[in-house]
Amino acid sequence: MVQQDKTADIHAVIRRGKRWDYLFAAIGLICLAFGLLTVLVLVGKMGLEGLDRLSLDFFTSYPSRRAANAGILSAWVGSVLVMLVTAFAAVPLGVGAGVYLEEYAKKNWVTDIIEINITNLAAVPSIVYGLLALGIFVYQFGFGGSILSAGLTLALLILPIVIVATREAIRAIPGAMREGSMALGATKWQTVRYHILPYSMPGILTGIIIGLARAIGETAPIITIGALTFIAFLPPLPLVEGAGLFDWVMSPFTVMPIQMFNWTSRPEEAFQINAGAAGFVLVVMTLGMNALAIWLRYRLRKNIKW
Amino acid sequence: MTENSVTDNSWGGPAGRVSPRLAKNALRNWRERLIEGLLFCMAAVSVLTTLGIVYVLVKESIIFFQHVRIVDFLTDTRWTPLFDDAHYGILVLISGTLVSSAVALAVAIPVGTIIAIYLSEFATARVREVAKPILEVLGGIPTIVFGYFALMVVTPLLQRVLPELPGFSLLSAGLVMGVMIVPYVSSLSEDAMRAVPMSLREGAYAMGSTRLQVALKVVVPAATSGLAASYILGISRAVGETMIVAVAAGMQPNLTFNPMEPAATITSFIVQVALGDLPHGSIGYLTIFAAGLTLLLITLTLNVIGLWMRKKYREHY
Repeated sequence: MVQQDKTADIHAVIRRGKRWDYLFAAIGLICLAFGLLTVLVLVGKMGLEGLDRLSLDFFTSYPSRRAANAGILSAWVGSVLVMLVTAFAAVPLGVGAGVYLEEYAKKNWVTDIIEINITNLAAVPSIVYGLLALGIFVYQFGFGGSILSAGLTLALLILPIVIVATREAIRAIPGAMREGSMALGATKWQTVRYHILPYSMPGILTGIIIGLARAIGETAPIITIGALTFIAFLPPLPLVEGAGLFDWVMSPFTVMPIQMFNWTSRPEEAFQINAGAAGFVLVVMTLGMNALAIWLRYRLRKNIKW
Repeated sequence: MTENSVTDNSWGGPAGRVSPRLAKNALRNWRERLIEGLLFCMAAVSVLTTLGIVYVLVKESIIFFQHVRIVDFLTDTRWTPLFDDAHYGILVLISGTLVSSAVALAVAIPVGTIIAIYLSEFATARVREVAKPILEVLGGIPTIVFGYFALMVVTPLLQRVLPELPGFSLLSAGLVMGVMIVPYVSSLSEDAMRAVPMSLREGAYAMGSTRLQVALKVVVPAATSGLAASYILGISRAVGETMIVAVAAGMQPNLTFNPMEPAATITSFIVQVALGDLPHGSIGYLTIFAAGLTLLLITLTLNVIGLWMRKKYREHY
C-alpha cells in the first residue's frame, strides 16, 4: 500500500513536470506566432491599404502633389542605381577583405585590429554612417547628395556583412583542397582564384544578397546626406543627349524608403495610402531578396559534399 | 665552360643573367606579393571607415564645443538648437532615447529569450527549420516599414485601450522597435544556449529533470554571459534605431520619462535637422555631429561590453 502511494506520488510529480513543459512549449509557440503574425499583419495591412494604388501607373509616374497621380518611378529607378553603385563597391572590397583575412593574414596585431574593427563596425548605428558620408563624401570629396555618395555610404554599411559571409564560406572549405592545389604547383593566388573562390561562391553570393537587401531598405543614412525627397526626373541616361557614360552617378535622386518616409509624414490620408503601396513594394523587394538568399543557401548546402 | 653553356643552364647563372625559368618565378612571386598587398588594402578599408567616422565626428564636435560649453551640453535641460534662444542640453534627447529603448527592451528581452529557449530546448528540428528563416525575415524588414506600421496600426490600436494617447508617442514607437529587435536577441541567445555542452543536459535528464527544468536551471545559467551579450547588443540596436522613432514618436524635444508622450531621440533629431536645409558649417549643422558623437559613444560602450561578455562565455568551454 505504501509502495503504491509512492508510485502515485512520483506519477503526480511527473505529471506536474510535464504540465509545465507543455505550458512553456505553448508560450514559446505563442511568442513565435506573435513574430509570424506581425509579419503577416504588416504586409497585409500595407497590401490592402495600397491595393488600389498598385497599378502599372504607380510604377511609371513621378511623385506628384496630387496623391492620386503620384508614383514611384524616380524612387525605384533611384534604388536600383544606388544598389548598382553599392554592389560595385562592396562586392570586391568585401570579398577581397574576407579572402585576405582567411587565406593570407598572419596572426598578428594588425590582423587582430582589423577583426575587432569589423565586429565593431557591424554594430555602429546606420545614421552614424550617414554622418560619415555627410562629412567625407558630400563635403570633403564634393560628391554632393548624389547617387555616388549614397551608393558608397551603403557599401560601407554592408561591408561587414559581406566580409563575414565570405569568411564563413571560405572557412567551410576543407584544407585538403588548398593542399591539393598547391601540391600541383599552384601559387597561393592561383589556389584562391581557381579553387577557394569558386567553391565558396554560393556562400558569398548569399551574403551579398542579404547585404543588398539590408541596403535597399536603409533610410536614415540617405536622409543624412541630404537626398531630396521630391524628384520628378530620372538621372541622365548614359551616352544620350550629350550625357557622359557616368553622368548618372552624380545626379540627385530619391529611393524607395525615402519616398515612403516622405508620404508617411504627410497628414493627408491619400498620401498614407501611397505610403502603404510603396511600403508593400519595398517589403516585397527585400523579402524577395532574403528568400532568394535563404533558398540559395539551402539548395547549395544540399549539393556540396566534401 | 663557355659563356653559352652558362645561359643554357636553366638553374641560373652569374649575376645579371637570369634564366627564363627563374625570371618567370620571380615575376610570379612579384605578382603574388602585389595581390597580397591589394587584398590587404581591401581589408584595411574597414579600419579606414572607423577612422573616418571618428575623424568626422570629432572634428565637427570640436568646432561645436567652441560655441557651446561641454558643461551646458551635459547639464542643460532644454534642447532648442534651432531657436533664437538656443539651448543645447543633450539630456533632453537622451531621455527620449532611453524611454523608447526601455519600452523596446521590455518587449524584446522576454519574447526573444522565450523564443530562444523554445527553439534551442523544446522545438523539433522541423519547427526550427521553419521558424528561423521567418525570424530572419522579420529582422530583414526595412525599419521605415516598421515606422509606418507603428504609426498606422499600433498607435490606433493602443488608442482604443488608452484613449488619451497622442498620435505620436514613445510607447508605440518603442513597442514596434521591440518587435524589430526580437530576432537579434533570439538568434544570439539561441547560439549561446546551443554552445552549452550536451553532457550538461544529459546529466540533468539522467537525474530525472523535465525539459523546462533543464532549460531554466542548467542551460540558461550556463549561457548567462551569452544571453547578457545578446541583451546588450539589443540595447545598442534600440539606441541606434532611427526611422521608427522619427516616424512614430514625433520629433519635438521633450525631457520626459513618460512613454505616453511624444519626444525626440538623438537619432530622430539628426533626421529632423538633415531634412531641413542647414548651411554647411552653421551651428545647427554642427549639432548633429555632436549628437552623433554622443550616440556613437553610447553604442560603442555597449558593444565593447557585449563583445567582452561573448568572449568570456566562449572561453568557458
